Order: sequence, then C-alpha cells, then structure tokens
Amino acid sequence: MGKTYKFADNISTDHIIPGKYYHLRSNLPELAKHVMEDADPEFTQNMKEGDFIVGGRNFGCGSSREHAPLIMKIRGVQAVLAKSFARIFYRNAINIGLPAIECDTDKIKEGDELELVLDKGIILDKTTGEEITFKALSPLMQKILNEGGVVNYVRKYKDLPT
Amino acid sequence: MTITEKILAFHSGQKEVKPGQFILADVDIALGNDITAPLAIQEIEKLGKEALPYPEKVVLVADHFTPNKDKESANQCLKLKNFAKKFNVKNFFELGCGGIEHALLPEEGFIIPGQLIIGADSHTCSYGALGAFATGVGSTDLAFAMLSGKIWLKVPESIKFIYNGKLNNWVTSKDLILYTIGDIGVDGADYKAMEFEGEAIRKLSIDARLTMCNMAIEAGGKSGIIAPDEITIEYINQLPITNYQLPILKSDKDAKYAKTIEYDVSEIEPQVAFPHLPSNTKSVSQAGNIELDQVVIGSCTNGRLEDLRIAAEILKGKKVHPYTRTIIIPATQKIYLKALKEGLLEIFINAGAVVSPPTCGPCIGGHMGVLAKGEKCLATTNRNFVGRMGDSQSEVYLASPAVAAASAVKGKITHPEEIISG
Repeated sequence: MGKTYKFADNISTDHIIPGKYYHLRSNLPELAKHVMEDADPEFTQNMKEGDFIVGGRNFGCGSSREHAPLIMKIRGVQAVLAKSFARIFYRNAINIGLPAIECDTDKIKEGDELELVLDKGIILDKTTGEEITFKALSPLMQKILNEGGVVNYVRKYKDLPT
Repeated sequence: MTITEKILAFHSGQKEVKPGQFILADVDIALGNDITAPLAIQEIEKLGKEALPYPEKVVLVADHFTPNKDKESANQCLKLKNFAKKFNVKNFFELGCGGIEHALLPEEGFIIPGQLIIGADSHTCSYGALGAFATGVGSTDLAFAMLSGKIWLKVPESIKFIYNGKLNNWVTSKDLILYTIGDIGVDGADYKAMEFEGEAIRKLSIDARLTMCNMAIEAGGKSGIIAPDEITIEYINQLPITNYQLPILKSDKDAKYAKTIEYDVSEIEPQVAFPHLPSNTKSVSQAGNIELDQVVIGSCTNGRLEDLRIAAEILKGKKVHPYTRTIIIPATQKIYLKALKEGLLEIFINAGAVVSPPTCGPCIGGHMGVLAKGEKCLATTNRNFVGRMGDSQSEVYLASPAVAAASAVKGKITHPEEIISG
C-alpha cells in the first residue's frame, strides 16, 4: 500500500533531478532528498516509503541519466505509474529495479491509496474501490524487478538476462 | 526493410528483422561520459570484473562538467581516467584532448555508416547523421555493452519525414527539426526511428545533419537517421581513418513505415521553441518582444564549425547588447582551432562575446553560464525544460546559431534578416 502523488504530462529528467543539485550526483542518498523538487517542492518532505509517483504522458523525457529512476528508488518510491514513458527512462527504471507501469492514470486521484499487484497486472485503488488493469510485464522483466535490478540479477544468475 | 531494420538485422546476424522484435545486437561503439560512466563503472566493479573483452569499442569522454566545476566533478572525471587506465580503454578523452562527445566522435572517425552505436547519453542519436544506428541508453546498459559487446534492443518502427523544396534564407537544419518537433510533439516519435529524407536533407552538410538527428530524442525518438550519400562518403574519406568499409545502405522501396510525413520547407521560417518544451515552437517573426539576459551558441546540437561560421557572419563588426551576455562554445578542440585560424574567435571577442572551452556546461545548467531566477536565455542547445539551465524560474528559448547571434545583437529574439539588412 502507498499513497499517490500526481504529476503532469512530460515530466522531464530535469524535473526529477533539479539542476541545482548536480553537485550531489556522486552522493545519491543526498540527491534523493531532492527528487522531483522542481515539479513539486513539497513532494520529498511529504512522501513516505512505498508511495507512488503518478504521471501522465511521456514521463521521464529528456536525459539518459540513470540517476533519475535510481534516486526515486532510493527515496522509497514503490513504482511510477504513467500513461506513457519516455523510452530511456523506462529502460533505466527496469534495469535498476523500479517498477514503471504503463496504465490509464486518469482514474487515479492525488492522495489515493493504491495496492500494486505486479505479477497480475492489477492496481487496486483502495480509496475509490476502482481496479485498474495494465499489461503485465514480461516474466523476465518481473524477474529483474524481483532481484532489484539487472546488476543483482547477474550476481545471482551469473549471466545477462536472456 | 528500412535502413534501421537493415542495420539491426546485420548486427544481430539475421537476414531480416521486424518492428517489435527483440534482438541481441553487436555493439560497434559504447560511449560514456563523466556523468553516466561513473555509475556504469561502479556496476562493473560491483560485479568484480577485471577486464573488458573489447576495450577498443569503448569511448569515454569527460565533457559535461569539465573543466572540472568542483571537487565532485573532479572525482567523476578521475573515476573515468582510472577506469580507462585499469581496463586499457585507449579512447579516453581528457580535457584538452577532445570536446563535446557528439561533435567529437564523428570528427575522430568513430562513426561509420551502418554501425551500431550505443551511448549513455540521450543525444547519442546524433550519429544517425552518418547513416549509423545510434541510440541513448542508461548506465546499466552501458555497463553490459562494455562487458559483453552486446545490447538488447527492440526493433523500432520507423517514421519517414520527407523535406521537399528549397530552404529560405537563414533557415537551417535546426529550424527543420524544431519545426518537426513542434508539429509532432515531444512524444510524437516515441520509441520510433525517425528517418529523414528529401531534397532539402540531401543538400545539408554533415554538420547540419548531426544537428537534425541530435534532436530526434526531443520528439521521443529512439534514433534519427539519414541514409548515407556522396556528402557522407566525402566526409568519411577526409577523416584520419583507414580500414573501413562503406556499405551501400538505404531503405527498400517497399519498406514499411508507421507513418510518412511530408513538409514543404519553403514554408518554414526560422523557429524558436518557447519554454518549457522543445515542441513549443513559433516562427521568429511571431516571437514578440522577448528580452534576453543571455545567449549561448554551442552544445552537441550546434557547436560545430558551420554553426560558428553562421554566428560570425552575423556578429562581424557588431556588438552584442550590453545587457545580453553572450557565450560561444566551440564543441571540440579541433573546431576551436579551426575557428581561431579562420578568425571567427576574433569576431566573437570583438563583438563582446566570451569564448568558452569545449564543455556541455550551460546546456545542463551545470556551470559556465547558469541562469538566475527570472532570467531569460536563448540557446542553440536542445532542451528548454523547467530549470534546465539554472533556477527553476528561469526560461530557455531554443533556436539556430543565426537567430541566436542576431538576438544577441538586439538583446531580444530577432530574425537574422534584421541584422544583415539593417
């Protein structure tokens, strides 16, 4: 279970990692304290571990920096839900072990309590009673997410995901 | 098959590939920089690896926060250097040896038509200008490309963009790509290969084509590509490289496209993308009175010799507006030297502009030209997202070097015609 924080369409990697904190980029836990600050200055103070980021279209557009999904994960974001993702952000999110779920986010409201059932492709909105379905991730992607990312996957299985 | 599908088929050892298919492809070049490579290096170290199977395929460039902005950036660059030494990566470009990666790699002969290049930088798509498949990835993908020489890819669908007609005065490839992004939107080519064709494209130099493919990512594109032609071959042949083969590469007549979009370029004026999306474009004549605190001419998008020549043509004998600080950044050391020999740098300095060493600095709000709250900057860079160049309440406008130079003189967004005829 986690609470939702809603954001607009086209949230860029510059929203996710505000430029003014670039000097912290080699200190990820510090950088994570400022995640999404330029999109919502209060987000990092208010959010709790297990909460959800909910976006619109083209979430994560811009840079290829893996820091973007990584600091969300470090800050405790359970998953990012969006109508669509920019492709590099999506790839990076799965690679580092942060679930990125493509689904209809219009029905989800700010502050709703959600439960994500990753393997079944279901999001239960406990606040509205609504059930939102999404195309379940491939078994391999789920396996990567379960291990917490590709690096952990390789450490465990001694091979690249195939 | 499209040119993109042909390259991906060849690199995955198959006769044919189809959009949507997942392939394991051989990587010709894997690129990292001082922001993205340290994370990849950390992952390689976590896995306890001691050597790379193909160190010659790895290129590392210190360009984003160089000359080192602070202790943290110095550490990032040091990680690059130490890794290059330990893992025998000869293609490590330290400050002074290279410049901005996407201007540097073509110039150094790393990019050949038909190759497959991945880079942990979103503007890696630039190299499509030479008829290569090139796409941006994250640090984990870079780590695995370095460790295996391979990458997993989903074969993208292609969109064909045809540019008919003759370009108007002062209209450049930057205007074409901004116009296109304005038309299709920042996710208009999401996950797709953008294939640029047509008589206007065929007349573009390689510098101009690199600008065009560079911004494919700004429409969500996985890659941008221009089929190689005589101009490409001439460019490759003058590079200090030997031992290369130039495949004849073009899309088949019956290749399938998700969409084909045609433009008459004679209808396109110089463009400006207003804050805070590259798709928020207008013709310069429609810009209104936007006073500027800063102008930046440079970046992986528009810091090449041709760009500097256009800027110099406009700035020659002029002064930049006293309230508009103007920063000009030759993208590589070689471009810097050529600009120096051609007298371009003297024109810039006499105009009151400052010439910076090669760096990505201001484009990412890193250093060498960061904006204060409320400031407005017109830049030849590629992104104008919230806070991109500094304070979250600053504004970035994107345009060509011609519009940037003209705007620097007037201190507000200006059509180049106004400076040259007036």
